[in-house]
Amino acid sequence: MSVLGDPQASTATVQAAPPSAHKRRRHWGRAVLPTYSWLVIAYLVFPIAIMIMYSFNKVVGGQPLVSFSWNGFTTEWYQKWSSVPGLTSAFWLSIRLAVVATIVATILGTLLAVALVRYHPPRFRGKTVVEQVLFLNIAAPEIVMGASLLGLFVTLNINRGFLTLVLAHVMFSIAYVTVTVRARMAGFDRALEEAAYDLGATPLVTFMRVTLPLIMPGVLAGALMAFALSIDDFVTSNFLSGTSVPFPVWVYGATRVGIPPQVFVFGAAIFTVGIGFAVLSIVISKKKV
Amino acid sequence: MTEPRSRGGWGKRLAPYLLSLPAGLWLLLLFIVPLGAMLVMSLETCSPATGACVMTWHWGELPSVVSLYRAQFLTSFYFAAAATLADLVISFPIAYWIAFHGGRRKNFFLLMLLVPFFVSFIIRTIVWEFVLSNNGVVLHTLKNFHLLPHGFHVLGTGFAVVAGLAYNYLPFTALPLYVALERIDYRILEAAYDLYATRRAGFLRVILPLTVPGIFAAFLLTFIPAFGDYVNQEILGGTANTMVGTVVQNQFLVNLDYAGGASLSAVLLAISLVGIFLYARLLGSRTIEQYL
Repeated sequence: MSVLGDPQASTATVQAAPPSAHKRRRHWGRAVLPTYSWLVIAYLVFPIAIMIMYSFNKVVGGQPLVSFSWNGFTTEWYQKWSSVPGLTSAFWLSIRLAVVATIVATILGTLLAVALVRYHPPRFRGKTVVEQVLFLNIAAPEIVMGASLLGLFVTLNINRGFLTLVLAHVMFSIAYVTVTVRARMAGFDRALEEAAYDLGATPLVTFMRVTLPLIMPGVLAGALMAFALSIDDFVTSNFLSGTSVPFPVWVYGATRVGIPPQVFVFGAAIFTVGIGFAVLSIVISKKKV
Repeated sequence: MTEPRSRGGWGKRLAPYLLSLPAGLWLLLLFIVPLGAMLVMSLETCSPATGACVMTWHWGELPSVVSLYRAQFLTSFYFAAAATLADLVISFPIAYWIAFHGGRRKNFFLLMLLVPFFVSFIIRTIVWEFVLSNNGVVLHTLKNFHLLPHGFHVLGTGFAVVAGLAYNYLPFTALPLYVALERIDYRILEAAYDLYATRRAGFLRVILPLTVPGIFAAFLLTFIPAFGDYVNQEILGGTANTMVGTVVQNQFLVNLDYAGGASLSAVLLAISLVGIFLYARLLGSRTIEQYL
């Protein structure tokens, strides 16, 4: 509490603040800040509105590529959503990749989180090292991780493709899953597990039927995080994709030649599904509490 | 926390290690080992013709890489610094407002802060290209109403890159700030006011010092990715003002000069590690978890 400066100040009991200070607070809080905040929110939403708007933009001229100018409203691109072969297959590849990476990262990350919550240094040597590696993994620049993985795969003569993408996506998702699960495990009542043991359950049965159901909200939150990280990843995937090109890498490649309007259709679809899941998880977490 | 009495002996004793083994091994083999290998590779010399690399312990290459790509390093630094500063300034008031005045709609506002993340990073950047382009809805309309001169353009300038970076990484700044502000005990502030602190003093001497860890986390989570970013520059910045990330990508994917790319990445990593170590020293590495 050194911020208060005078040590005696902190012992003062809370009394009614001078009314003038409160009034000015309220006034400021009521007028300027909310306006400003809504402007920031508008700024954050604005490009998304533009994306959805351009997914309805007509194309004039030969090639079906989006143009900067507005040419009129059409739902053509929603009807022809799958008519760009490379884009559609890249999208499905991204989905498969995200599903596989999420499953693996969620299992590994959850096990690690359980170990970190439950065991401490005398019984768990090297715990601090593990924690520092997780921190480094979250904070290190992605371009360096992607480049170094590419260097490793080239040195070991491993062909780039779906497998290397899975290896990398799991690598950068584990830390986020672990951190998320760990945060939600705070306040976990170990007596419930003790009770299961006392009633003769084996460790595996206890884990599957007592521990896992209890930590499930955290595990699901971690899985959503891993899925979002994987499906949006560009930098690492660009280094490691080789012949199997995920959605963001395909779109990036398309910026050089021109973007088919379907890219924005997929963007709008991913946005809608993502927001749906987010709202759903907020609603569920509210009901649980 | 005392562990339950020895139940199952070895299995029980090995439990923490067995639980962390799969994830630990994965991170060791695909995160730590590649970084180490990259550092080794940065000290090797490769022949461009055959691609064969020999260890030459070329420590001297690292500083020479920096001087060779000095312009790109500086550009990355300026752009990332400008974007981080802009993000801190833009997001502090809204984080403050949500933390202190969000009321029951806090979750909604937080979702709004995260809303850019629901659109792919690449698509977000492309959309900024549309927004900032000369014929796009915004500039075109402003020019039609003679609010901007006709020769005015943004795309292809450093300003466009900073704008793109600032937009893309804003949630990484806003969330840690929110978490830090939200944790402030309002009673401390009231105590300050009771003791006749002005609003200015209350902000500068109570709120700001208590948000410093959050500001540091925001800086770390925004500056490091922005520094290594090259997508915004390539899409919004045109051919000028190349950032160091572009060079790394080209070395690895176009020129296939792995040793050269490794040296550059090693320098990039070293720069980031300064911030990472400083953070871990001052605030502890685990505190970052609160801000994610």
